[in-house]
Amino acid sequence: MLNDWINPSLPAPLCWGLAVVGVLLVVASLTIALLKRRKPQKNWLELEQRVRTWYWIVGIFALTLLGSKALALTVFALVSFLAFKEFLTLSATREADHVVLFWAYMSIPFQYFWLGVNWYGMFIIFIPVYAFLILPMRMVLIGETRGFLRAASSLHWALMLTVFSLSHLPALLILPEVSNRAPVGHGASLLFFLVALTQSNDVAQYLWGKATGRRKIAPTVSPNKTVGGFLGGAATTTLLACLIGPWLTPMSLLHCALAGLLIGVSGFIGDVVISAVKRDIGVKDSGTLLPGHGGILDRLDSLTYTAPLFFHYVRYLYF
Amino acid sequence: MPWLRVLFVLLVARPVVRLWLGLTIRHQERLPLTGPAIVVANHNSHLDILTLYALFPLAVIRNVQPAAAADYFLANPLVAWFATQVVGIIPVKRGTKKGDDPLAGCRDALADGRILILFPEGTRGEPEVLSEVKSGIWHLAGEFRDAPVIPVYMHGLGRALGRGQWLPVPFFVDVAVGRAQHWQENRQAFKQGLRDCLLQLRDKVLPSSPYQD
Repeated sequence: MLNDWINPSLPAPLCWGLAVVGVLLVVASLTIALLKRRKPQKNWLELEQRVRTWYWIVGIFALTLLGSKALALTVFALVSFLAFKEFLTLSATREADHVVLFWAYMSIPFQYFWLGVNWYGMFIIFIPVYAFLILPMRMVLIGETRGFLRAASSLHWALMLTVFSLSHLPALLILPEVSNRAPVGHGASLLFFLVALTQSNDVAQYLWGKATGRRKIAPTVSPNKTVGGFLGGAATTTLLACLIGPWLTPMSLLHCALAGLLIGVSGFIGDVVISAVKRDIGVKDSGTLLPGHGGILDRLDSLTYTAPLFFHYVRYLYF
Repeated sequence: MPWLRVLFVLLVARPVVRLWLGLTIRHQERLPLTGPAIVVANHNSHLDILTLYALFPLAVIRNVQPAAAADYFLANPLVAWFATQVVGIIPVKRGTKKGDDPLAGCRDALADGRILILFPEGTRGEPEVLSEVKSGIWHLAGEFRDAPVIPVYMHGLGRALGRGQWLPVPFFVDVAVGRAQHWQENRQAFKQGLRDCLLQLRDKVLPSSPYQD
């Protein structure tokens, strides 16, 4: 019974990777405590909340890696549920589509179920083909045509970003199992590689932007993003991928570098695309679920792009 | 049967509101924990009462009761049993003849030192549109002047489960609790004050610049 929930064979590099992340968090906490002592008059609350939320995120993420397939699928399905709910709460849904929205929610357990039974073919077309075609059909049966196109398209957009894209994270976890061509533990390493690089890429882009950035890259969407930040961040991520990739994943050095570049560039795009959505709706944060960060979409924005792109990159090259 | 109400809150109201929907609440500390007190809230959905229940600590629940329309909830014996025995509503007769006292149950509850939940718009209405405040609240607050009137605004529930819908669809819900209001002689001023307070709370919970058609 317990074996259904715990993953017995975790590669040593992955355990070391998780340990390093844990140490980084402790260092961050200590730094804040020190800064707070030096400058007690400044408001450190947001930074403190941000780090405290990181502990939760890292803890739950580590649990999905250390745990079994079933546990990981459950957690990621829950993450998709929260992200989809946040997206719908922000977007202008029509009252007439009430039941359709319920159907859209029901696609979440199905999408993760296909992964659970290793049915790759269904997993990859369920939302882009079946949900895409069936939900508008259900809307037509209701018969409200005013705002139809916008309602149907924003619903599909929400599903693609928060369910289809994000479900590629646990898909990575069980990819070696499906293909039977690599040890199962490698899936967890790939997932760790992707998430660690995507998140550190966010941080690197921010820091490089602060240090060097002058020329704005997308002034109307995200005024804080600069060319310097983008290039510096992508370069840092590529370098980091070269350092940890060969040790953590089954990929060669060249492929690790390209993966780092892919994550650096697409992570930036995901961030800016979600920013455009928020700007269109007229909010700064997508929600209040993660204290110090904003909503869950604010944290997952870059992953909506990096997850599917990295998954297909690895799948094409190695599995 | 207050213990049924506690079970209902523990097993239905809290899971539905906190997990299925998801709740953000501002100024929870302003909610009264002892009676007599009157909580007035905007009304868009059957989930309103579940949400309000989910705001209170379990130990207080046995002391909290909502006033609800008798014609609606007592129409069918099964629903009536569920509404009065499990949810614990105080039935209020809408549109009665002169001489009948529709608020008798509410009076008893307040005299008993309970926390009364009242929807002063009288009906669920359109989502996010605040109707006129009815006069019943003025009469009650006038009789129980030591009972504070606490306004609560809930956003997003009409969308999750509106009029005529039966499937609660998940949306994040925002709730804001206002400062305690007190009775005043001038009925119109009192009602207007309450309404203004609810509208002010609404501005707090609505997204900064909502996406409009």
